[in-house]
Amino acid sequence: MEVQQFYYDNKIVKKFIVATMFWGIVGMSVGLLLAFMFLFPNLTDGISWLSFGRLRPLHTNAVIFAFVGNAIFAGVYYSTQRLLKARMFSDFLSSLNFWGWQAIIVAAAITLPLGFTSSKEYAELEWPIDIAIALVWVAFGINLIGTILKRRQRHLYVAIWFYLATFVTVAVLHIFNNIELPVGALKSYSVYAGVQDALVQWWYGHNAVAFFLTTPFLGLMYYFVPKAANRPVYSYRLSIVHFWSLIFIYIWAGPHHLLYSALPDWAQNLGVAFSVMLLFPSWGGMINGLLTLRGAWDKVRVDPVLKFMVVAITGYGMATFEGPMLSLKNINAVAHFSDWIIAHVHVGALAWNGFLTFGMVYWLVPRLFKTRLWSVKLANTHFWIGTLGMIMYALPMYVAGFAQASMWKQFNPDGTLVYGNFLETVSEIIPMYWMRAIGGSLYICGALVMLYNIVKTAKQGSIVQDELAEAAALATVTSKRTAGEAYHSWLERRPVKLTIFATIAILIGGMVQIIPSLMVDKYVPVISSVKPYTPLELEGRDLYIREGCVSCHSQMIRPFRSEVERYGEYAKPGEFVYDHPFLWGSKRTGPDLLRVGGKYSDNWHLNHLYDPQSTSSGSIMPSYKWLVQNELDKSNTEDKMRAMVQLGVPYSEEEIARAQEWMAEQGTKIEENLYNDPDFAKTYEADKQYAQENNLEFTEMRNREIVALIAYLQRLGTDIKVKNAQEVSSN
Amino acid sequence: MLKFIKGPMESIEGVAIYPIISLLIFFIFFAALFWWVVTAKRDYIKEVSNLPLDTNQNEDYK
Repeated sequence: MEVQQFYYDNKIVKKFIVATMFWGIVGMSVGLLLAFMFLFPNLTDGISWLSFGRLRPLHTNAVIFAFVGNAIFAGVYYSTQRLLKARMFSDFLSSLNFWGWQAIIVAAAITLPLGFTSSKEYAELEWPIDIAIALVWVAFGINLIGTILKRRQRHLYVAIWFYLATFVTVAVLHIFNNIELPVGALKSYSVYAGVQDALVQWWYGHNAVAFFLTTPFLGLMYYFVPKAANRPVYSYRLSIVHFWSLIFIYIWAGPHHLLYSALPDWAQNLGVAFSVMLLFPSWGGMINGLLTLRGAWDKVRVDPVLKFMVVAITGYGMATFEGPMLSLKNINAVAHFSDWIIAHVHVGALAWNGFLTFGMVYWLVPRLFKTRLWSVKLANTHFWIGTLGMIMYALPMYVAGFAQASMWKQFNPDGTLVYGNFLETVSEIIPMYWMRAIGGSLYICGALVMLYNIVKTAKQGSIVQDELAEAAALATVTSKRTAGEAYHSWLERRPVKLTIFATIAILIGGMVQIIPSLMVDKYVPVISSVKPYTPLELEGRDLYIREGCVSCHSQMIRPFRSEVERYGEYAKPGEFVYDHPFLWGSKRTGPDLLRVGGKYSDNWHLNHLYDPQSTSSGSIMPSYKWLVQNELDKSNTEDKMRAMVQLGVPYSEEEIARAQEWMAEQGTKIEENLYNDPDFAKTYEADKQYAQENNLEFTEMRNREIVALIAYLQRLGTDIKVKNAQEVSSN
Repeated sequence: MLKFIKGPMESIEGVAIYPIISLLIFFIFFAALFWWVVTAKRDYIKEVSNLPLDTNQNEDYK
């Protein structure tokens, strides 16, 4: 048989590794800054683009899509070429994938701090960037599938299947979750509303974890762990079961993020059932990874690469045990909205993704640069600092989660809440936040040690950009099954069919949830007293989205005695029918806001947003001073209302025509209310006079952003405050 | 208030067929999966699981 010579593209792998380390340190540093903002809430006082609500999505996006994303590409580009014995399909597409992805990250790093966000978790980026992501992702997919088609290795190793499933599923998820109606260059509204939006979002959100943070990394595990241990995977049969059952079951589990919410019960229970089942393929995979080291555990003692990988796989096992447990309703009732979830995701991110990436980098870089690792000792140091950092991070967060949940739910014998003031539950866990910040610092220190070690390693070696390899060309065989060939062996030499089957496997679960959810608005009982937002409230809601209030405040009161007592009547699906997008939130660093309307005076809100500690002593909410000073941009209001009409919100033509007038009326009313506070009247009048005397521009209070936000906050949850609201079913 | 939850389910016509279909999809999927795995040839499994280790370059760097 003819032996062909060809070159592996190492340059692209190197580029992705550099990007992985760079964005990793950026993403983690933003996280550390956020951790310190829990302790010093006014650390970035008055700087809108460095405020907590805007940086939080930057942290999650940077870590998920920049750090882990680049690590995926680095590993995929290295292993795919070698497993298929072929150079990547197209150097141009490789380059487009690299530079396109970096451009998207930079765009995210600019737009998120500026407040351009769709507010849907892990899908915050606005529509032009969403389109760019889809294009770059397709470039990656074509490159991957093209390489598979020109391969010199008949059989597709299990890692390649995981890469294929990743490509297909992320594309499907990304597109369906980001269907939105643009109302400006960087502003759009989700086409889904309320319950439907929540279901689609968490179908996406959960599977972003599944198919971005898990399946590609399992592919990497199945390639790099055998490589590092120099022995084949423990059971290839188990890996087949692992792959198919994981991708089939994972996609159904999304609704466990919405337990006890206003989501229909059938969807919640479906999510629970599949989440519990998910334990089995996940643990099958973990066991397969760990047992690959059978007979090689002595190597783990000396080889930092294996150490990182063992802890990574253990972290995967822990997180995937915890996941199904958290999706049980009784456990979820305690854990949800608390810091427990923060611990859970960081076990996944720091151990599974972080440590597998570090192990892979320590293994890859010496090979790319044809040298040895500069210092094994430093790599071991990194391992121990990192491990200690993770423990210091996760354990206090578990304690904080339990403490919070217990305090939220505790009643006095007379039926009142023991900790009626939410702040008591916050100040109790400040020491935990301190420990978390220290743990996070350790983890970053470890990453910096790695950076130094890797730079030194690269310097002492020299990279072979295009590595020579040899392999026999692939002889054509029949596309039919040969005699004695098992079905699966046949299938996995037919890559296109394999991809189609994998797509079907993920679509079944997706469809069962999404199709009813697309029809669900028909089933949501209409509550006649629920009306669309006024234009000013709509603008206020956009400010709430811009500032990322949803990062710390939920708008979802679960039907528990403790929550109804603390926040008011529990949430009904019919209340959210005009919410494009939904703002239920997933974390309560601060209290729930669903029924905050009418609870405090307008002045209280103004003072609270200007200086939260003045109204709520000990609060860890940062100040939002700029809202009090900025003029509200009312130039797009009519367009926004028209967009809402297209999405099914019943604004009439007359209402849109008098939007400006309507906003002025409502703004003036709030301004009048604010005059009730003599302190406000005094300072405001003084400011006004000062501006007049010095010929400075002065924005009337009624035209400022704060007024719109107050209008929105005062509206929240008031539609059904009336007892026994009239319900009319649409059916 | 339970009608907010029960209502939507009851209003779907022929809802009883859903769990049966679900069970069938599940059973067939996993039965087929295990059939594949069990019938896979030992030689094939051995060959494929060694793919990552099959390399024609010197990767012996530590």
